[in-house]
Amino acid sequence: MSFAIKAEGISKVYKIGAFNAGGTLRDSINDLMTFKWKKSPVENFWALKDIDFELKKGDALGIIGRNGAGKSTLLKILSRTTAPTSGCIDINGSIASLLEVGTGFHPELSGRENIFLNGAILGMSRKEIKKKFDAIVDFSEIEKFLDTPVKRYSSGMYVRLAFAVAAHLEPEILIVDEVLAVGDLNFQKKCLGKMSDVGKEGRTVIFVSHNMSAVKALCNRAIYLENGRKEFEGDVLTAVSKYQGRTDEKQVVKIYDSLGPSTKSAQIRKIEIGDASNEEKTEFSTEKPLEIKITFLVEKENAKIGTTVFLNNSDGEMLFASLSNHEEKWHGKNRPIGTYINTCEIPPNLLSDGDYSISVGLWEGFYEQGFIENNVINFSVHEEGFIRGDVPYDSRSGLIKPLLKWQSIKVK
Amino acid sequence: MNKTYQILPPKGLVRIDLGELWRFRELFFVFVWRDFKVRYKQTALGILWAIFQPFVTMLIFSIFFGKLAQLPSDDIPYPIFVYSGLLFWNYFVSALSNASNSLVDNENIVKKIYFPRLILPISTLVTPIIDFVCAFVVLLGIMLYYHYTPSVLGIALIPILLLFSLLSASGLGVLFASVNVKFRDIRFILPFFIQLLLFLTPVIYPISLIPQPYQWILYINPMSSVITVARSFLIGGASVQPSLIMLSVAVTAIFVFVGIIYFRSTERLITDAL
Repeated sequence: MSFAIKAEGISKVYKIGAFNAGGTLRDSINDLMTFKWKKSPVENFWALKDIDFELKKGDALGIIGRNGAGKSTLLKILSRTTAPTSGCIDINGSIASLLEVGTGFHPELSGRENIFLNGAILGMSRKEIKKKFDAIVDFSEIEKFLDTPVKRYSSGMYVRLAFAVAAHLEPEILIVDEVLAVGDLNFQKKCLGKMSDVGKEGRTVIFVSHNMSAVKALCNRAIYLENGRKEFEGDVLTAVSKYQGRTDEKQVVKIYDSLGPSTKSAQIRKIEIGDASNEEKTEFSTEKPLEIKITFLVEKENAKIGTTVFLNNSDGEMLFASLSNHEEKWHGKNRPIGTYINTCEIPPNLLSDGDYSISVGLWEGFYEQGFIENNVINFSVHEEGFIRGDVPYDSRSGLIKPLLKWQSIKVK
Repeated sequence: MNKTYQILPPKGLVRIDLGELWRFRELFFVFVWRDFKVRYKQTALGILWAIFQPFVTMLIFSIFFGKLAQLPSDDIPYPIFVYSGLLFWNYFVSALSNASNSLVDNENIVKKIYFPRLILPISTLVTPIIDFVCAFVVLLGIMLYYHYTPSVLGIALIPILLLFSLLSASGLGVLFASVNVKFRDIRFILPFFIQLLLFLTPVIYPISLIPQPYQWILYINPMSSVITVARSFLIGGASVQPSLIMLSVAVTAIFVFVGIIYFRSTERLITDAL
């Protein structure tokens, strides 16, 4: 048997409206008393529909898809925290799932005690934990606080300890949710390193992530889910490009009606991106400045309003976030009622070729209240090649491509 | 963990997979260990609380029910009488409420990690045994004070009685644990229900207070048997009728059976409701 996981026709239905999760007995009795015993209409929601896949030993499978595509449900079924409605999965090998780091950590217990507790919950035997104890402590860099209750840990220490235990799991099949986005930068690197070691040891890995670079780096195969169905299964690069190919329709203007998101005193009306040409287009040159204009209405006197622009690349990585807190005219000042436009300029020769999306935040007061409109603007940029001259085609262009100053002098 | 297995949709009644429970025995002990640790870390008084609480209850009950209300106590000094009842009753109450809240209290673990869910409520039945042992030592002290010698047979029976209390708490506890996930107000209903049950159990009064033909009704509650047997053998209270004990045993068996069947049938979809 060389397969690790064989899944056939996995489906999962959630009944919407029928099951009062977290409801109270009182509600149910109330319903009975008031003759509501005819069940409210039940709607079936297929979180997953007929998913098949087979995973060989040593494969690293990425599961990608938008929010709500069924990734988490599939993960839950594979890790057996919920049962499928139909279908069958054969699992060949010991399995452990990391849907979260630090599952079961108890704040009152010391770091040492939590290593044993968490290790056991993740499926390690006491003997195994004892054997790896020193390695875990080393990895977590917290030996000085080993006997301190974890409620006194900083969040960084907490996460490091949690990840250290998780990183020393040695199942034949490892299921990982997006748990990598934790800890400080150095620690993240260490974790990513540990993750790719896992693949090299010939262990089977299932990895769910929104971060396409991580998926590309860690996985050799991928499944792309959309609306609970498997849209593609195969090599990871094709899957990622399919996922990115569907990228939400290019959109360079978004207009809001009076029901759009708002804070106490301000409401967003329009977000748009454009260059100096003033024509509406979705593809821009990297060599010309781009302007992001955020139009909003101040409906109450004396509101302090600011805006943020987040730029994400097609791998879902945020390249930067820029706040209007260094804008001179209105930042930190009371704005009278009226319509305002905040403009953010992206300088020329900064971005590399590719697709981007912009999220926009609007906040009030001292960042007290606000909202973020995720990925409202989608556009792409291309290099025209006039400024940099004869650029050879090179896939390693980097996340950004700033035009830096070069000098060349003859010294001898 | 086993090497190969299948994940299939839940179907009909599920049998109890004893093999699987056995494989997860380490996790069971880790849960027990955690509950012990936490129990005696959080409370500053720690073990003292386990002694203090039944002792003070005993004093108050002795004053009001023993002295003022002059409740009979099968010719045993009332403090010994009521304390021996409270000893088992308190264990039962802690075990039942721990088990009932076990799934909801451990929601974050249940949602993220697979293990046979049954080990959670069952592990919580073990923790209050420590309290029981501490309180039992105090009972011996009280008996000494009144110049009563505990019978050897009585002491030998204690583990059996305790096991029987554990079983009777487990049936209801496992059932409530599962229902609690769906109806979160069980948590608030249960303490009230338990308080009522105290008066339907011969803790503060002897069973002989009830007219003979109706005594069997009290024995539907398994804790009545436990307490009466304990008093009879340990201290020398009124004797008990074996047929009524059998009634309690039968009721416990039914509760355990129904509780576990219901729990198992809802187990695999519990996370969808949490």
